[in-house]
Amino acid sequence: MSLAGVIRQADYYAVGVRQTWKGAIFSSVLQPVGYLAAMGVGLGTYIDNGGHRAALGGLTYLQFLAPALVAVAATQFAVMECTFPVMGRLVWNKVFHSMVHTPLTAREVVLGQLSYVAVRTAVSCAVFLAVIACFGAIASPWAALIVPGAVLLSLAFSAPLLCYTAWLRTDSGLSVLFRFGFVPAMLFSGSFFPITSLPAGIRWLAYVVPLWHGVDLSRSFASGHVHWLAVLGHVAYLLAWLFVGFWFAARVFTKRLSA
Amino acid sequence: MTSTTQQITEPRITVPLRITPVFAAARNGAYWRLVERNARLFSRIWFVFVSGFFEPFFYLLSIGVGVGSLVSGLNVGGHVYSYASFVGPALMATAAMNGAMADATFNLYFRLKISKLYDSVLVTPMTAMDVALGELTWAMLRGSTYSLAFLVIMWPMGLLHSGWAILAWPMASLVGFAFAGVGMAATTYLRSWIDFEYIQIATMPMFLFSATFFPVERYPDAVGWIVRITPLYQGVAAIRELTLGQLGWQVLIAAVYLGAMGLVGLALAGRRFEKLLLH
Repeated sequence: MSLAGVIRQADYYAVGVRQTWKGAIFSSVLQPVGYLAAMGVGLGTYIDNGGHRAALGGLTYLQFLAPALVAVAATQFAVMECTFPVMGRLVWNKVFHSMVHTPLTAREVVLGQLSYVAVRTAVSCAVFLAVIACFGAIASPWAALIVPGAVLLSLAFSAPLLCYTAWLRTDSGLSVLFRFGFVPAMLFSGSFFPITSLPAGIRWLAYVVPLWHGVDLSRSFASGHVHWLAVLGHVAYLLAWLFVGFWFAARVFTKRLSA
Repeated sequence: MTSTTQQITEPRITVPLRITPVFAAARNGAYWRLVERNARLFSRIWFVFVSGFFEPFFYLLSIGVGVGSLVSGLNVGGHVYSYASFVGPALMATAAMNGAMADATFNLYFRLKISKLYDSVLVTPMTAMDVALGELTWAMLRGSTYSLAFLVIMWPMGLLHSGWAILAWPMASLVGFAFAGVGMAATTYLRSWIDFEYIQIATMPMFLFSATFFPVERYPDAVGWIVRITPLYQGVAAIRELTLGQLGWQVLIAAVYLGAMGLVGLALAGRRFEKLLLH
């Protein structure tokens, strides 16, 4: 596996980006603005006036929600990029098959896809961060670390997702993933309300899913209440998902692309 | 076929005349063949069908119960309701919109442009309007099943405050009808998957700002009136009146508004199918 092989794929992804970046503006700017205005500001006033700040760790609802939404967006990019488009490259237009007929290996193809997701997440989340700063939801310069945190989170999801998508035969497994994977993960990750108000069983499930770790990272960087030991734990946990996921994804890709 | 073709190319037909092909196709009944086709398809991927029940329920638990525990209660028409009672009917309307849009846009586009299902359908005695009506009927049957399940779940959670709540079911179906009709018509104008962003640009703000998460009174007056004329707000407000038992004119206004929207969308979709598939 060589780095050159991974970089060699950049122009392939760049062509796609050149055709679709206008649409990405919507998901990267308008959607965050909408959620922040409706939930953070609109609904937020009802929460802040109700005297529930203690439950939110002393934050306003906007400060509580905004950094979490960056983590949710990072997850969303991972899910968006590693499901249907990958299914397309594997099954419908077979671009990945063409790639492994060049000197590229399956591992390099997986790494190329992951690098693309990383770049896309970094750019989009940086824009998102600028948006939440405009809403006044940032209280600390550590907030700059939200973007690398989001990229790590996105990769921790992407690697196992690549493995799952490559393992599927048809795309109906993807809609099941959205409904029983992504949607509940997003709704019960402590993004919209404190994770401590979940019943114990579901709370432990939420701790297992990478998203909560990303949310907690993001929130601590935004507020400036950073506990470095917790940060270290989150990063280690997300890296574990990334590496184990990559190992499995590379295996499944190798098998599928040689068949 | 030639007589219908002439009718389409003729300019400036009044709206009532444009809607008549819808009723003609409905009387004919051939559209049921397409409904049957979809039902057979989904009987093989039943878990996709069943999974549709869960998504709105997850939202109700997360936003209604989870976020709701942070809100002290909302005053609607002089009564204070729990946040879950306030947001529940809105999530029901939203789910009806999203479900109808998924069927009428994403699935329809795939059949129209990718799998070219309707090219084969139209070599049978079925007409373009039958296709539009069949897809709409299927989307509504599917959506209504989910709406009923949602309503049944709201009951033991104590979110239904009146017997009128039973009418929230047909009202949610009407929301589905309106969005499925317009969604189908819109889909015929999409050029590629990337154009689906436009559908998102239309539905996402409605989901967020149709008095879904907080009362419309929170907006400045002028903005409030813009919100009130959007179709999802109509559905949200009507379903909320029914589940909270605070009946007003809103239910009737919404019924007429959504019914008309669906009919116009359906008629337009039928005509666009003819243009795309038969010319």
